[in-house]
Amino acid sequence: MSVAIIDYGSGNLHSAAKAFERAAREHGLAPDIRVTSDADTVARAERIVLPGVGAFADCKRGLAAVDGMIDALNEAVIGKGRPFLGICVGMQLMASRGLEFETSEGLGWIAGDVVEIRPSDATLKIPHMGWNTIDVKQPHPLLAGIETGPQGLHAYFVHSYHLAAANLGQVIATTDYGGAITAMVGRDNMAGTQFHPEKSQRLGLKLISNFLSWAP
Amino acid sequence: MTLKARVIPCLDVKDGRVVKGVNFVDLVDAGDPVEAAKAYDAAGADELCFLDITASHEGRDTIFDVVRRTAEACFMPLTVGGGVRSVEDIRRLLIAGADKVSINTAAVKEPDFVRHAAKKFGSQCIVVSIDAKQVNAAGEPERFEIFTHGGRNATGIDAVEFARKVVELGAGELLVTSMDRDGTKAGYNIALTRAIADAVPVPVIASGGVGALEHMVEGIRDGHATAVLAASIFHFGTYTIHEAKEHMAAAGIAMRLDA
Repeated sequence: MSVAIIDYGSGNLHSAAKAFERAAREHGLAPDIRVTSDADTVARAERIVLPGVGAFADCKRGLAAVDGMIDALNEAVIGKGRPFLGICVGMQLMASRGLEFETSEGLGWIAGDVVEIRPSDATLKIPHMGWNTIDVKQPHPLLAGIETGPQGLHAYFVHSYHLAAANLGQVIATTDYGGAITAMVGRDNMAGTQFHPEKSQRLGLKLISNFLSWAP
Repeated sequence: MTLKARVIPCLDVKDGRVVKGVNFVDLVDAGDPVEAAKAYDAAGADELCFLDITASHEGRDTIFDVVRRTAEACFMPLTVGGGVRSVEDIRRLLIAGADKVSINTAAVKEPDFVRHAAKKFGSQCIVVSIDAKQVNAAGEPERFEIFTHGGRNATGIDAVEFARKVVELGAGELLVTSMDRDGTKAGYNIALTRAIADAVPVPVIASGGVGALEHMVEGIRDGHATAVLAASIFHFGTYTIHEAKEHMAAAGIAMRLDA
């Protein structure tokens, strides 16, 4: 099985690749995990991961600057129905639009805008940075075997914006930070996590291995 | 709210080796930062911090290998500081596997560097490390001043004003070290921590002076920090990470205890 982790100049992909290798090994899988900026490799990959850190518009520009990449993503994910995982800004890019610093178009796969977090309690710090639990809104195969809810495992978050999905049926999980924040979205063969599975120890490695064996 | 306070062990690294060693577990090589990082990962640390204190130019590249090997083994956030002076330094650390970099002297000398760094890599990975001392006499209004070179050189810069400024420039987090407490085991300078935490919208990490678990409680509860950093009390096995977190949880602070 081939897994493409898309390199478009955003952030550290080394640790993401290592987390995927480790999760695969622990679950007896032997996928071919590649960090790539080649659109053809992405179009052919059996599973696709879009990471991302930084600002939405910068990431979108970075992705658009890779020749043929957005077309390849649409072909593989929408056309061929290949399992897709967006992480952090990679998840936000699934939205219709991002409103960070400037308004820019996303991939348009999950209807909704990426908007600033505005906690009800003004003393709460932004970014929402650190470990938080997640509340499941729609059961999802990527969360199989993961303890969720207030007493569950923790996920590592670092973000100031979140995806406000237009269709609440596409919100898989939320987290609480002075109000509910979108933690995970998904539909069909695509899912996205606002938290960083590659930094979330037990919860993260389990989610990654679930993704590697996901058959949507 | 369910965001948890973070406990962050910090390792001083020189020429690719841990300074003073870590003796809280049976490590094969206590001088290898990667071995120590793995042990802290397994012990439930919420993040890790490496402070590179390598002085020689030749030795400086060793940190990249340490970060790379750590990122291969530990799936938790890693902050690296010490000698971060250029956009290229940051880029290399992030590519090696660091999640955040902490900028200290370079931010004092050239605050605009913080703006460039945040613009290029995002605020989420830019930590500004503020080393400060309380400089007012007893009975006077509290005043805190930035010091450089391990607390030897006064700069005349007001620490709270500086904190506000670097956050405006794009720092996503502040690591506030009380230089008058560092190494004393007398506890964080709570007045300093709180003055800065209350002045900025971003998370603050309390640092400098931890000698007892209650000091960590004070850092969060009274200092208004959202994370606490400590070195020797963990390295020398005085307390485990888990004991620290249990103690903080018992004091009513929301902690992550599942790791």
